[in-house]
Amino acid sequence: MILEKVLERALGVAEEAEVFQVSSQETPAIFEANRLKSLETRETTSVALRIIKGNRIGFASTSNLRDLDALVEHALEVAPFGPVAHLQFPGKRAYPDVAVYDAEVASFPVDGLVSLGNDVIRALRTGNPDVLWEGRVSKSVATVSLVNSRGTEVSYTRTVFAVGMEGLLVQGTDMLFVYEGESSCRPIVDTTPIQSSLEEQLALARAVVPPVAGPLPVVLTPHGVAGMLLMPLLSGFNGQTVLQGASPLAGRLGEKVVDERITLRDDPTVPYIPGSHPSDDEGVPTTPKPLLDRGVASTFLYDLQTAAQAGTKSTGNASRWTGAAPSPAASVLLLQEGDASYPEMVKDMAEGLVVERLLGAGQSNVLAGDFHANVLLGYRVSKGKVLGRVKDTMISGNVYQVLNNLLGIGKASRWIGGWFKTPALYCGSLSVTARPRRDGP
Amino acid sequence: MREIITQALHGHNAEYVEVRLEEGQGTSLQYRGGEVEDVVRSSGLGGCVRALAGGGWGFACFNDLSHLRQKVAEAVSHARHVGGERVRLADVEPKVDIVPATAPRDPRQVPLARKKEIMDQYAQLMLSVPGVQTCRLGYGDGYRKTMVATSQGTYIQQERVHVTLRLAAIARDGGDVQQASVSLGSNGDFSVVEDLRGPVQEMAQRAVAMLKAPQVKGSEYTVVLDPVLAGVFIHEAFGHLSEADHVYQNDRLREIMTLGRQFGGRHLNVVDGAAIPGLRGSYSYDNEGTPATKTSLIREGVLVGRLHSRETAAKMGEPPTGNARAMNYGFPPIVRMTNTLIEPGAATLEDLVADIEEGVYARNWYGGMTSMEMFTFSAGEAYMVRHGKVAELLRPVMLTGNLFTTLANLDAVANDLAMNQGGGCGKNGQGPLPVSNGSPHIRIQHCLVGGAA
Repeated sequence: MILEKVLERALGVAEEAEVFQVSSQETPAIFEANRLKSLETRETTSVALRIIKGNRIGFASTSNLRDLDALVEHALEVAPFGPVAHLQFPGKRAYPDVAVYDAEVASFPVDGLVSLGNDVIRALRTGNPDVLWEGRVSKSVATVSLVNSRGTEVSYTRTVFAVGMEGLLVQGTDMLFVYEGESSCRPIVDTTPIQSSLEEQLALARAVVPPVAGPLPVVLTPHGVAGMLLMPLLSGFNGQTVLQGASPLAGRLGEKVVDERITLRDDPTVPYIPGSHPSDDEGVPTTPKPLLDRGVASTFLYDLQTAAQAGTKSTGNASRWTGAAPSPAASVLLLQEGDASYPEMVKDMAEGLVVERLLGAGQSNVLAGDFHANVLLGYRVSKGKVLGRVKDTMISGNVYQVLNNLLGIGKASRWIGGWFKTPALYCGSLSVTARPRRDGP
Repeated sequence: MREIITQALHGHNAEYVEVRLEEGQGTSLQYRGGEVEDVVRSSGLGGCVRALAGGGWGFACFNDLSHLRQKVAEAVSHARHVGGERVRLADVEPKVDIVPATAPRDPRQVPLARKKEIMDQYAQLMLSVPGVQTCRLGYGDGYRKTMVATSQGTYIQQERVHVTLRLAAIARDGGDVQQASVSLGSNGDFSVVEDLRGPVQEMAQRAVAMLKAPQVKGSEYTVVLDPVLAGVFIHEAFGHLSEADHVYQNDRLREIMTLGRQFGGRHLNVVDGAAIPGLRGSYSYDNEGTPATKTSLIREGVLVGRLHSRETAAKMGEPPTGNARAMNYGFPPIVRMTNTLIEPGAATLEDLVADIEEGVYARNWYGGMTSMEMFTFSAGEAYMVRHGKVAELLRPVMLTGNLFTTLANLDAVANDLAMNQGGGCGKNGQGPLPVSNGSPHIRIQHCLVGGAA
């Protein structure tokens, strides 16, 4: 075993050590211009070593499995310059039973991926022959393993099946993009929700209508909620940001910070959701926890080092990008449903917008909770009816203000991106800016 | 290594096979507040095979290089499975070449202690500015050797060394948090991250000043962009749609992007090229082994060229431009920009601002995105322009535009071309890829700026 070997060598030179490995195999079928374009196999492994030596942390990572000695040398080389070790690696623990593996994904035939993609495209083309489709149907199997000098040994294997489709309709110089996707730890057999979502987007968006500006009510679809609010909101709950005093929520735990109808939970134990896992990326068992409990800021997210610095315990939210050191991140988020139906929320707007997809969201001052974005796919609503798609429109606001001025919360929710489940939100007033229509190309 | 690859390429049953192997090393330092948070030493080794057989593409990537022949067979078998209409590749003369890294001040020769000392200084400098709550700092350098061999006889070995630095100062007043940042990079020249005390201090002071600055009222304005933001603008607004893989399979887009179409005034000239030396997007050969070029995209306002891989060039009957790039061995090459710029005109910044009654002067980049027709680009720094003069500081702004109107509304180009080396580009899950972009100061009429109601 690679892990034990590296651990043993590291402990020859350091006081404490932790070895983390991810090995994955992914097979995507890639579709372009309505047809299968390529088939791929991606087999990757990376190993990361963290040591504590002289009370400092040394970190090294590699994908070169031929030279694991270098990994130990590299960690040793940077340790004198690394951060002071506030953390202590966790000892042996019991992990929750989290179902993230399905053998049917692992054994799913490549032919099946291809025919699934072809079938979806064929079905979509029937009603919308002028739209050009591209997409990706993939399966993957990944094993995450960790051992440390305190006796932790944990390993789990996760399967992910994912389908994503994007349609492009070009009319004159107008480009309309529609997207839908789904992912699960189990095979996706029923693609009708993907198809009907795409067909509905096209039906609403084909007609372009004059934009509308001013402070306006806005219904964010689940995609809209994910695109607009998630990043600025989560930034405030990151333990590192809180520790540095850069979160607007710092020092406000236990205070009501948003509408009392808002409950947001991080639950990494939801079965068969790609963001779920029994252990975080530092070997800490995962647990469900509320971030916002009826509007009250309840928990910040911590990894080992940040928690130790903040004088608290890790929340089991350590996460790593390939080759990078752990940092706190949300795993699986669930926003509590409300009691409004989607048609009711739309019907309620005298003049407003439904926002589905955004461009440039998250490229503003997210630390303060701000967002600015171009409405990539959004519909104008007048007298409770969807008129058609708006273009050249920007939307701006602040996530805390939005969540303190809600007119409704959808009663139906859905998964976005395999880690966020949310209903639609009906927002009281957002700043909408639009370019007046002129005669032009 | 070359022998292993050449052997693996023998006796396959495909129209085209390409093997790419990469090895690399890197060091990074991350700070939050005055203390270092992570010091990471990374190394990597991996490879990939791409094959064209019977009309389709097959691709396999891996870290274990011991079964290269088997990986070639796997990619070929994937390609056969795809089938369909035959894919052609534009002819490129097979080349054998070894290109060593150019590193004017090689970061690998700089001791880690020195790197940390410099970063400690910047962190302390930012924190010493009254009103600054905390700061963030990310330094990275790395070395990569890439070997590309094809079944057509090409063998190219290239080395690259890179340096990047991003600094952000964060000011807070109660629930209000503002940040100012700067990012830069180079091809192997460590000196670009030294001696930044002046700009770093100024940036930290700006973060504090932003707490008191107003948010612009959302509306259309005449905007003037500094060279950094104008570079991001041309990358997002136009550059991506000049990448032929976005258009070559879509007849309607091909029609829209017909060479000869007027996009702007006679003062608008746009080029892209990895053959422009010494920049972050510079190289000698792309990942298909095609020599780098410099391509005119817009000449006097007219679309005159686009960026190609061998496949898109063949399909569109245009010459390959050497723009097929992969982020690393985990991905097949796709059409990417390299160094993209608006060529300088004759005006000065003062000329551009002089006749603006009320407008916005936007500087520095925070981000940029495109959906080809529509795009956004966000400024790190913004000021009102009043009565022909740059006036009060604003909170950072996001601007948006539409390819078919915004370029036509670009009505003045200054003479002060500068390149932004701090950016990276993302496309189809491959990012950040090193690119540079640049421009002189430019002015755009009727630009939509997001803001308060």
